[in-house]
Amino acid sequence: MSPRLGQTPSQTVGPYVSMAFPREGDNVLPVPDGGERIVITGVVYDGDRNHIEDAVIETWQANPYGRYNHPDDTREEVPLDPTWTGFARAMTDFETGAYRIETVKPGRVPDLEGDFQAPHIAVIVQGRGMLNPVFTRIYFSDEEEANADDLVLRQVPEARRHTLIAQLEPGSDPKTYRFDIRFQGDDETVFFDF
Amino acid sequence: MSEPIVRHYGPKAYSDHPPFKYPDYKSTIKRSPTHDPIKVVATLTETTGPGPAWAEITPEDADLTTNAGTGSPAIGERIIVTGRVLDENGNGVPDTIVEVWQANACGRYVHWRETAFPAPLDPNFIGVGQCKTDAEGNYRFLTIKPGAYPWGNHPNAWRPPHIHFSILGPALVTRLVTQMYFEGDPLLFQDPMYNSVPPHARERLVARYDHDVTEENWALGWRFDIVLRGPNGNVEEMEEE
Ligand SMILES: [Fe+3]
Repeated sequence: MSPRLGQTPSQTVGPYVSMAFPREGDNVLPVPDGGERIVITGVVYDGDRNHIEDAVIETWQANPYGRYNHPDDTREEVPLDPTWTGFARAMTDFETGAYRIETVKPGRVPDLEGDFQAPHIAVIVQGRGMLNPVFTRIYFSDEEEANADDLVLRQVPEARRHTLIAQLEPGSDPKTYRFDIRFQGDDETVFFDF
Repeated sequence: MSEPIVRHYGPKAYSDHPPFKYPDYKSTIKRSPTHDPIKVVATLTETTGPGPAWAEITPEDADLTTNAGTGSPAIGERIIVTGRVLDENGNGVPDTIVEVWQANACGRYVHWRETAFPAPLDPNFIGVGQCKTDAEGNYRFLTIKPGAYPWGNHPNAWRPPHIHFSILGPALVTRLVTQMYFEGDPLLFQDPMYNSVPPHARERLVARYDHDVTEENWALGWRFDIVLRGPNGNVEEMEEE
């Protein structure tokens, strides 16, 4: 086997990334067959609990039946509307640090042990002052039973798991989940290395 | 019920990337996690990712000298920036979207953020482009060589001319945002973003002048290859399963 090439180093997106993305509509996914509209919103905070005004949030998720629109998800028997991309992008607001993504609740996807993961959305956060992306996951507060069994969540120290659970806002319509992201502090968000 | 393919990717090579916290670049101090990321095995969620279908790209998007759509060309030194997106095994990454953004020839971005730098805007330049890699992983942009610009990080701080690159690749784990610099640039020595990269890996961010890419009476050519994380082992074998 020939030697592996060296990875290209990561660099920050810098302060001007919002000239490139998101483009119009990148933070609103269509509602596919079987989907229920939900909203994910939250604020991104730095180590002084100031909001981060120029972060990019990217999300990747399965459709309502738990299938990814990707050639490696070969499960033909699971329905997939080809217009479903599963990818969304949002910037945080300059004045408030808040982001907003309109999507649908994802279905459950296989884990590595022949079981299914709890519904979740993968998140990439980047911004000025971040030399590397950070990866986290959004789980849902109204999926307690599935969360308790989840392969990835089980590997997170119990005291920190709450940072990964988006909280359903009572009475919201469409269902709105609050998911703040904190870079430092006692309740620093859990980030993953996959 | 059929099983999806869960590819095994090699790890992120942390020793080739900048640290999360690099105090010479001041903004990293409060914007870096204090815990190490929790190491978990990638599932189907992380070994899949958005393909080219998520965005519509036209050939015009790769020409930053005209994609402002004004009918007049942007001002500056016209350059061709081309290269291959590869995985660590040396295989081209086909059909992936490459997004770029940059300052104009004077070092000014088209952005609403205020800047104390009195450089002119060019009405014929928006500084944003996109293209898709071909079957061998090649990409190509026509643009204007960006100017250097000052920033407040340290006394007399100047960003060397650079182009921001964003690539998704085939999976969540291949996500990469980086910056391309120009061979021989005299400002690299004082740039903490460039210097945040371990010395042995810095040259991977530097585009090389390539006279074979240069087009007579038209534009100077620069070559910049990008290497994303790749699947472990023999890919063909894995595809047979
Ligand atoms: Fe820049």
